[in-house]
Amino acid sequence: MHELSITEAVLDVVLRHAGGARVRSVQITVGEWTGYVGDSIELFWQELARGTPAEGARLEFRFEPATLRCRRCGREFPVNGTGLECPGCGALGGEPAGGRDCTVDAIELEGGVES
Amino acid sequence: MITTVPVVEKVLSANDAVAAEVRALLDAKGVFCVNLMASPGAGKTSLIERTVAALKDEFSIGMINGDTSAAAFDAERSQRAGAAAVHVNTGGKCHLEAAMVRDALALLPLERIRLLLVENVGNLVCPMSWKLGAHANVLIGSTPEGDDKPYKYPKMYAGVDAIVLNKIDLLPHLEFDCERYLRGVEALNPGLRKFRLSCRTGEGLDEWIAWLRRQANGNP
Repeated sequence: MHELSITEAVLDVVLRHAGGARVRSVQITVGEWTGYVGDSIELFWQELARGTPAEGARLEFRFEPATLRCRRCGREFPVNGTGLECPGCGALGGEPAGGRDCTVDAIELEGGVES
Repeated sequence: MITTVPVVEKVLSANDAVAAEVRALLDAKGVFCVNLMASPGAGKTSLIERTVAALKDEFSIGMINGDTSAAAFDAERSQRAGAAAVHVNTGGKCHLEAAMVRDALALLPLERIRLLLVENVGNLVCPMSWKLGAHANVLIGSTPEGDDKPYKYPKMYAGVDAIVLNKIDLLPHLEFDCERYLRGVEALNPGLRKFRLSCRTGEGLDEWIAWLRRQANGNP
């Protein structure tokens, strides 16, 4: 159910930036660390956007894999659910790097907007 | 005509802003707040009962219990243990949000409360994404869950300020490799404060209570 809250938050950001104009599409980056699933966001989106200027807007997802940055050699490597060793130098673990956030990157609006 | 508008806004920025409000209110009232996260059945409510029993004569303690339903069992257990408790029904949502905590704070006697324990919804995935404004985010793990949890839920383990490993009394009966577990924790969160305890036998609780007492007294 966590996509319900995240979809509410996406809609909130989109409507705030749309300034009342009709929204055609929304570009969203979903970081793997967040655990959100595009298909589920899509499902809630249809319901939540109904009756708003974003009704029917297409969602375009960009998936960003979860990575760690090695504290010793600085190499960024994917988290694959088993080991947490750096494939470069073998050091254990690292700082969460790529894929930490879910962001609305851009929206496409019908008609011009005054900025 | 189609216009593309760059946005580049974190989806949870609105929640982050409310979390900052919550933190400011807590600081103004001199309340130390701990956000307790865990999977269902790890022993959140048991740890709270033990903690309240140990500290209630020293501090006035407040509780916010998040649950996905209207069943207020956990808030009732906290209340019986001696805390002023508010039950928050998330309406099916699998985590607490900062606005829920803000609304719950309005129902608590903050002027009198020194230590506020927030029991998040049992879940290792989303609660970490939703900041609440707490001073310390604590994860309660338990031995029956298995030693692979840091590897499977790295975001949770990477983001917390302390970890409690509960149910250590069961270790003789389980194939739980403490070393593997702690290695995963260390990989994601080096130097993390760790407490190994059993809410059932009481083993190891003193260290946790002493840490919490120091935190609530402003001596981390």
